[in-house]
Amino acid sequence: MPTLALLFLVAGLGLIAWLSGRVRAVAFRKVPGQRFSSLPRHHGSFAAMWTVLPPLLFLTVWGACAPGLATDAVLKTPAAAQLPPPGFERAAILSEARAIASDRHRTPLNPLATSLAPAYAVEQSRYGWIGGATALLLGLAGGALAFLRIRPGFNARTRIERIVMAGLLAASLIAILTTIGIVASLLVESARFFGTVPITDFLFGTHWSPQVVDPRNPGASLGAVPLFWGTFFIGAVIAMLVAIPFGLMSAIYLTQYASPRLRRWMKPTLEILAGVPTVVYGYFAALIVGPALRQLGVAIGIPGATSESALAAGLVMGVMIIPFVSSMADDAITAVPAAMRDGSLAMGATPSETISRVLLPAALPGVVGGVLLAISRAIGETMIVVMAASGAATISLNPFNSATTVTKQIVDLLTGEASFDSPKTLAAFALGMTLFVITLLLNIIALTVVKRYREAYE
Amino acid sequence: MNRPLDPAKAERVPTDWKNPQMERRVRRRYAAERRFRLFGLAAIVLSVSFLLFLLVTMVANGARGFVTTEVALTIDFPAAGLGLTPDRIKGPGGDLALAGAELDAVVDRAATAQYRADGPALFSDGADTIVRRALKADPRLAVGRARLWLPAASDIDTAAKADGTPLAEKRAQVLTDAGQLRTGFNWGFLSGSDSTDPTAVGIWGALKGSLLTMLVTLVLAFPIGVLSALYLEEYAPRNRWTDLIEVSINNLAAVPSIIFGLLGLAVFLNTFQLPRSAALVGGLTLALMTMPVIVIASRNAIKAVPPSIRDAALALGASPVQVVFHHVLPLALPGILTGTIIGMARALGETAPLLMIGMRAFIATPPGKLTDPSTVLPVQIFLWSDEVSRGFIEKTSAAIIVLLVFLLAMNGIAIYLRNRFETRW
Repeated sequence: MPTLALLFLVAGLGLIAWLSGRVRAVAFRKVPGQRFSSLPRHHGSFAAMWTVLPPLLFLTVWGACAPGLATDAVLKTPAAAQLPPPGFERAAILSEARAIASDRHRTPLNPLATSLAPAYAVEQSRYGWIGGATALLLGLAGGALAFLRIRPGFNARTRIERIVMAGLLAASLIAILTTIGIVASLLVESARFFGTVPITDFLFGTHWSPQVVDPRNPGASLGAVPLFWGTFFIGAVIAMLVAIPFGLMSAIYLTQYASPRLRRWMKPTLEILAGVPTVVYGYFAALIVGPALRQLGVAIGIPGATSESALAAGLVMGVMIIPFVSSMADDAITAVPAAMRDGSLAMGATPSETISRVLLPAALPGVVGGVLLAISRAIGETMIVVMAASGAATISLNPFNSATTVTKQIVDLLTGEASFDSPKTLAAFALGMTLFVITLLLNIIALTVVKRYREAYE
Repeated sequence: MNRPLDPAKAERVPTDWKNPQMERRVRRRYAAERRFRLFGLAAIVLSVSFLLFLLVTMVANGARGFVTTEVALTIDFPAAGLGLTPDRIKGPGGDLALAGAELDAVVDRAATAQYRADGPALFSDGADTIVRRALKADPRLAVGRARLWLPAASDIDTAAKADGTPLAEKRAQVLTDAGQLRTGFNWGFLSGSDSTDPTAVGIWGALKGSLLTMLVTLVLAFPIGVLSALYLEEYAPRNRWTDLIEVSINNLAAVPSIIFGLLGLAVFLNTFQLPRSAALVGGLTLALMTMPVIVIASRNAIKAVPPSIRDAALALGASPVQVVFHHVLPLALPGILTGTIIGMARALGETAPLLMIGMRAFIATPPGKLTDPSTVLPVQIFLWSDEVSRGFIEKTSAAIIVLLVFLLAMNGIAIYLRNRFETRW
């Protein structure tokens, strides 16, 4: 049964349940002299929830296991005897057969898939009908039970509210599930990676060339130090050299000097700078900034100046981070009690002396926290480095030279054609794990610093 | 100034502000003040001028992407021997007959006849599609000679609009002088999909993919985000579990987006075996990324609703659920919507996680449903930026303009909502 039709049917059943529940409640309300805890529409909603929720829950579970059941059934057919042993090839044939079964006009690649397709179509529709019928039966049963429970003394409202609360709790648990999902997927794949490559080779090796991995000694060409260096150099050095002065000075100007009108216009403008997608920055860096910097490097005689330089990616990334640093610094400066500022001004200090000797020292923890968050954002930034930095892993202090980053390598490793189990793809997960841990630590430190500082003035 | 050390004997000497040393000092301090102020202004001006420079570059490059160059070509259909008649085109199986006709060869022959041996090189690879469309729109063309405007090849196109190779410049000039070349608004760019020829590409396919992806993201992230914000802000007891939920939401908001791509790859593609590069998977991945943003914005909006409103409702006998859904939620809704729109705008511009789940394939047809292979606007920009052909530069910038227009519109709506409905209690 098509999913959409099924959902409409369930919704229709729910509507019927709502109406009949309401009618029943209205009917027993006609007896005078009684007090009720719930309105008729509460009774209606109670019946509707019991009609709609069980089928929906069942369909979610069924949707997860029905494909597996269908595949099992197909594997029992005689045509499946010719399938290769379990592995990548077998999965590919099965998934193609599944695709042909749902879309007849597709041109088949593998004859085996074509022979399996009819069986798949039969099994899929069989399990579809079983699931649909069960869902509808569940809905009907739930609705009928709920309908029978609607009586004058029945408190439908509390029951509904209990369901609503369960829904709210479930929604907030999704965040935990996502975190668990991230940590688990990174951990599992990284563990598989470190099963073949020693962790010390990965963390301390200085040679990175995943294109040619020697199967006997994979650790020799998977040392990630050049990537860590490139990430640090681009994200934490060059980008911050741009973002900190510019962000801090614009925050100071906007909070201390600018007229309210200028402030009202400038803040959204800076927000636009933050809202430009990173792919646009990346394109800009690759098209304009990179070649211009190469010419500059050649003109001032720097050997090895390349258009995929660390400087190009770092500069543009720094510009991207300016609004972020600016708004963090803005918050930190405005949080300093006005009395401190007024006191300094009253003692005869000029505004700039007040800012640099009173406001900034007082706001320093907040500013530092903001900068740490900015660094964590810069090293996790992907598109700018994918488009503007190079893929060659070198360790060099020369900003006109090429540099590569962790994020760039993750993209390069995973968008190739390698199968999922090769050390190359697993290395991407190990890099992702490293990135996750580092950004997490930076965020925790930053938030602790900011929080402690905020408490000091509240 | 020599002051006596004993304060009792101190006779207060007024500060001599006119003393030259003092004046110099004050002047120096004022100069420092002006300098500092100038630095601040310069920081802002430079940041904003970078934004302007970026926008101007994109618009200057991209404006050409919206312009198409067409060259006239006279085709003698009966002589081409296609066997197409108006009745056949209109009748059943007409589309099939048109699709089967070798129109690219017809175009090449007609071009050779009209513009000598290198005539076919004047026309885009997509020219035969235009001929097919013209025949379908007006089947009577098939009985005679027809003069059609067909898209020019990429180098002629570049030469006609900007600076091309000397050879192409010369040919474009000759064509212009003969009145055989014209430029116009490129409707095909708004209605087409990806292609290997820069003159035939369009963004509708990517835009549709983006819309489908955003639909999935919104449908999942908005309810989940708002409901969990309500729970955390209004009902959650203070205990270790609640702290755990809060910590994970705050961390998720700061996790680099590419990590969400890795999650999508490992969980949705490899564990649940969902189709690669589908809008469904993209939407799921972006929903996980957007949800924390919505939760945080919603919590701030809910926090801003004053407690007196809750107390009043409770005092009148409303249940806690009624208090929240009848009073708190409607009052917090503008703030929640603003946060949602900003989160969605961020998701719309996001590229990296979608690359991880395989949304970088060459997709030449717009996706019809959620499980179809599709691409999204930022990924399309990324793919075009990788192309070597020069004609793609302007197309990339044009696609960027379209993306920026969408983002600016969304941010504008968010700012409007914030200013229009924001209540200060």
